[in-house]
Amino acid sequence: MSALYPQGEIRGKSGVLSVAGVLPTLGPARKIPDILNLPAPFPQDNRLEAAEIECLRGSQSLFHALSLTVESGVGLQVRGANGSGKTSLLRILCGLALAESGSVLWNGADIRRSAAEYRAQISYLGHKPALKAELTPRENLDVLGALHGRRPDGNRIVGTLAAIGIQRRHERPIRTLSAGQQQRTALARVMLSGAPLWILDEPATALDDAGIDILDRALRDHLGRGGLVVFASHQPLLETAELRQVRLPGAHD
Amino acid sequence: MTERDREPTVHPLWPGFWSLLRRDLRISLRERSDLAQPVLFFVIVVSLFPLAVSPDRQLLQNSGPGIIWMAALLATLLALDSIFRPDYEDGSLEQFALSPRPLSLLVLAKAVAHWLACAMPLIVVSPLLAMLMQLPGSAAGVLALSLVLGTPALSLIGAVGVGLTVGIRRNGVLLSLLVLPLYVPALIFGAGAAHAAMIGQNPAPHLLLLAAFSLFALAVCPLAAAAAIRISLN
Repeated sequence: MSALYPQGEIRGKSGVLSVAGVLPTLGPARKIPDILNLPAPFPQDNRLEAAEIECLRGSQSLFHALSLTVESGVGLQVRGANGSGKTSLLRILCGLALAESGSVLWNGADIRRSAAEYRAQISYLGHKPALKAELTPRENLDVLGALHGRRPDGNRIVGTLAAIGIQRRHERPIRTLSAGQQQRTALARVMLSGAPLWILDEPATALDDAGIDILDRALRDHLGRGGLVVFASHQPLLETAELRQVRLPGAHD
Repeated sequence: MTERDREPTVHPLWPGFWSLLRRDLRISLRERSDLAQPVLFFVIVVSLFPLAVSPDRQLLQNSGPGIIWMAALLATLLALDSIFRPDYEDGSLEQFALSPRPLSLLVLAKAVAHWLACAMPLIVVSPLLAMLMQLPGSAAGVLALSLVLGTPALSLIGAVGVGLTVGIRRNGVLLSLLVLPLYVPALIFGAGAAHAAMIGQNPAPHLLLLAAFSLFALAVCPLAAAAAIRISLN
């Protein structure tokens, strides 16, 4: 797992670089000592719940009475045909869209009541990568980090970009990057956010096999630290981790 | 102690504002053609007027302030959609809405950046256009001052209009219909101030009313635009 986090920083903070490589990924990873400066385990257990939510598109019901629960260390894969409302569900879960009825609870509290606190806990990756074409990956991640609440320092950004395979391109404008490289940069934003809940809409889009590998490892590490992941994907991800699935009923017409 | 441990749980408001402002200005500087378009439009519209009507000195002096303000309004309108449209299209607007910081503050940063990139150049060239319209020096100064005081209201009100219409694909005409009526007070007091200076009256009342209008927009528009964006994203 150490490969996913800036090596330079590990070296800078302590002399125990060699330990990082042999740490197990799941379970015991939550006990990684802070001194390594790998992202620390999340301090408390969290729980995301959706209770009896209903979603309409126009006058047609996409899904109704949908309930789900995700706790720390658990991944949830949303499955369903094209047009079955996977994106709608994810947007409802992160509070961008309102459900027709029902509620979304974070640690038991309705997310509409404590919206700002909830937003500090999530990192959302939508269909669009939210990157400005004129800026470099590094500049993009700097601004998005500041917007989310904590501005990551430059070394962490460069380290994370290197870990996901954007080494030489981090000083070029986003528009010169391929779709897959842009998706990797967007993924780096999620990894840098420090948020316990990741909500990812088709995170494997445009990624090559190596990219999917990195994504899978990032998700696994995140769960190992006590994070939560909700994602919609047609790719098999997190196959050996604790993974729940919810299948949306809607058809593709 | 890691960075995370030191991070306070309350999110400070202004770092997000400054980061976003810096980001937008940096993008404007890298896309200089976008920067030049409103100001070129402004210059061309004003310089067409003497050709279309008459180069008569008296006529130009009388209608000059109004013409320049009208052109400034249209130039602002031309560039208005770019406040939120690019951010809507690349998904940045969703990230703004998901930021734990108040969306109204981020909207304010966008409006300030838009004002600096779009209205500032208009203000800078306005004395030249005042000369073209044969306005005396004092009136040209008051005209520039009226633009300084009035154009913030144009950007702020425009942010509300764009926030409401950004989810609609072809929103140009709708945006004009929404926003132009709200620009009327700025137009009246702005052109009025320069005209008063030209005929030797005191322009201060016009300028003060104009400033009051901009301050009112500053208080109300960021909140309204933030609400509009949340509706557009839903």
